[in-house]
Amino acid sequence: MSSLQMTSSSAAGAPPATVRRQRPRGDGATAWLFAAPATALLGIFLVLPFLMAVVLSFTNKRLISAEELGTDFVGWRNYARLLQDDAFWVALKNNFVFVAIVAPLQSAFALLLAVLVNQPLAGSRFFRTVYFMPVATTMAVVAVIWSLMYAPDGGVVNRFVGFVSFGLIAPQDWLRDPALVLYAVMVLSIWQGVGFQMLVFLAGLQAIPVDLYEAAKLDGATPWQQFRHITVPMLKNTTIFVLITTTIYAFQLYTQVQIIASSGTAAPVDSFRTVVMLMVHEGFGSGKIGHAAALSVLFFVLVLAISLIQRLLLKEERAVA
Amino acid sequence: MSGDSQRGAERRARLALYVVHGLLAAFFLLPLVFMFVSAFKTDEAQLLRDMNSLAAFAPVGQLGWGNFAEVMHNTPFVRAFANSLLVVGVTVTLGILVNSMLAYALARLRFAGRNLLLAVVIALIIVPFEAIAVPLLLLVNELPWFGAQRGWLDSYHVQVIPFIGHAFSVYLFYQFFIALPKDLEEAALMDGASRWRIYWSIVMPLSKPVIATVAVLQFLARWGDLLWPVMVVRGDTFATLPLAMQTFFGQFPRQWGQVMAFAAMATLPTLAVFLVFQRWFVKSAISSAIKG
Repeated sequence: MSSLQMTSSSAAGAPPATVRRQRPRGDGATAWLFAAPATALLGIFLVLPFLMAVVLSFTNKRLISAEELGTDFVGWRNYARLLQDDAFWVALKNNFVFVAIVAPLQSAFALLLAVLVNQPLAGSRFFRTVYFMPVATTMAVVAVIWSLMYAPDGGVVNRFVGFVSFGLIAPQDWLRDPALVLYAVMVLSIWQGVGFQMLVFLAGLQAIPVDLYEAAKLDGATPWQQFRHITVPMLKNTTIFVLITTTIYAFQLYTQVQIIASSGTAAPVDSFRTVVMLMVHEGFGSGKIGHAAALSVLFFVLVLAISLIQRLLLKEERAVA
Repeated sequence: MSGDSQRGAERRARLALYVVHGLLAAFFLLPLVFMFVSAFKTDEAQLLRDMNSLAAFAPVGQLGWGNFAEVMHNTPFVRAFANSLLVVGVTVTLGILVNSMLAYALARLRFAGRNLLLAVVIALIIVPFEAIAVPLLLLVNELPWFGAQRGWLDSYHVQVIPFIGHAFSVYLFYQFFIALPKDLEEAALMDGASRWRIYWSIVMPLSKPVIATVAVLQFLARWGDLLWPVMVVRGDTFATLPLAMQTFFGQFPRQWGQVMAFAAMATLPTLAVFLVFQRWFVKSAISSAIKG
């Protein structure tokens, strides 16, 4: 971003005549030949649908349009209906619960893994590979594996939970119990995703100058003090990045809940339906495009707000430094 | 502190580390082991009984290739696998080409509107696919295709074309290109080489790291996508693996052994690709952090 501002300000600062003399022939036509394919594709399949979402959210457009009825502008009605719709609030609540638990937990877990595999230990590379393997596993497959492990009564998860709780926790029907299904989804999501954030943290760790630790060691700092006063502050930007991206991923939650919902043996869908699932259901299942478009716009605003918070936090950090 | 006790403490610390690593490795590996082992268990009742003990993770009892044979012959697995390969392969390849071309223009060529275009591309990174999926469905439903039929639903191109242009890939290429030294390109320009030739024969061969990064990130995203196929694909003809997995998983009566064989065969290739190209996966995770 800063380089962009620099080029534009320097171009504006120089008198136009000299600029023209500096570049005897522009690259105009060639440049647009290079830029055209991707620009056209982004325009048609990203910018256009985005604008359509905004416009459609103010109409009563339906997927199978009854020509005789036509499509009308309905003002803010879709938004008003959305805000009165219990299904919307339930989905939003599910997303927020998911984010509130998964984003901090997964980030902290990722940091722990990164610190562990960053130790000078024979086999660290092997463990790094193992922790990343679930990321290379397709999410649809992950949801299927865990569905069987979550089996009621004699399932793997139930046996494990019973074992570590010394039999205090009775077997549960994880995916069919409305109070548990969302938490069950959280566990498998963290299992699948944490390896990626581990690598991001690992890159951050390896960028910290070694002399900082050596100086601290000379001053007699314990490993915990080194972690607390060198690693954590030096990783601040990485941490903000990981937290924000995990939050955005968590809001996009769809594949694993869709697989579980389509298993035919899951809890009532309200107990784990997410905003994206509701969007697909409204726009595609029920064909209420206007309604789904309003949902899309709200979803975008949500993601935009999170990203702006990230920008703000990072800028603050730069101002301090 | 004497040298001996210090060495002893270090050894204990190392041992503790290995114990922690061992537990974590079990947490990450056992579900995969469970999948592969269960896929070989041809006796469904035994498979379910085994889940009560560590036998869930051990190849014991009645084992065989029966589940795999069933999946190969009686489900659309092979078709779905080929579909996934085709759709993801074409999307990633064409994406690398057009996105790097745009990035090259933004990084090296002077033209009216360049700064605006760059700013727009960067702004577009933030638009999540989920926010445009529904209007995009409406759009592709109206688009023409060769042979005078209207609407792109149920096809390969509906799963490829909308995903070729990718703002974040453009940004990654752009970042890489502006950091490349210009000398070689300028020398080639002096010798009268065309821009296309410079891009194709000088810049792209130097860009293998970023090409690998973009390829890995896009591969992971496209290979696992379920949202779009659920919306635009009916039936088995054009279904990719995640959709076929969902369909097979939702069928009753469910044979878990076969479901796990399906899952295992869907997973093995991506796991193999990961193990072979691990270095690039690590790099791609790291460069995704530049986004911040």
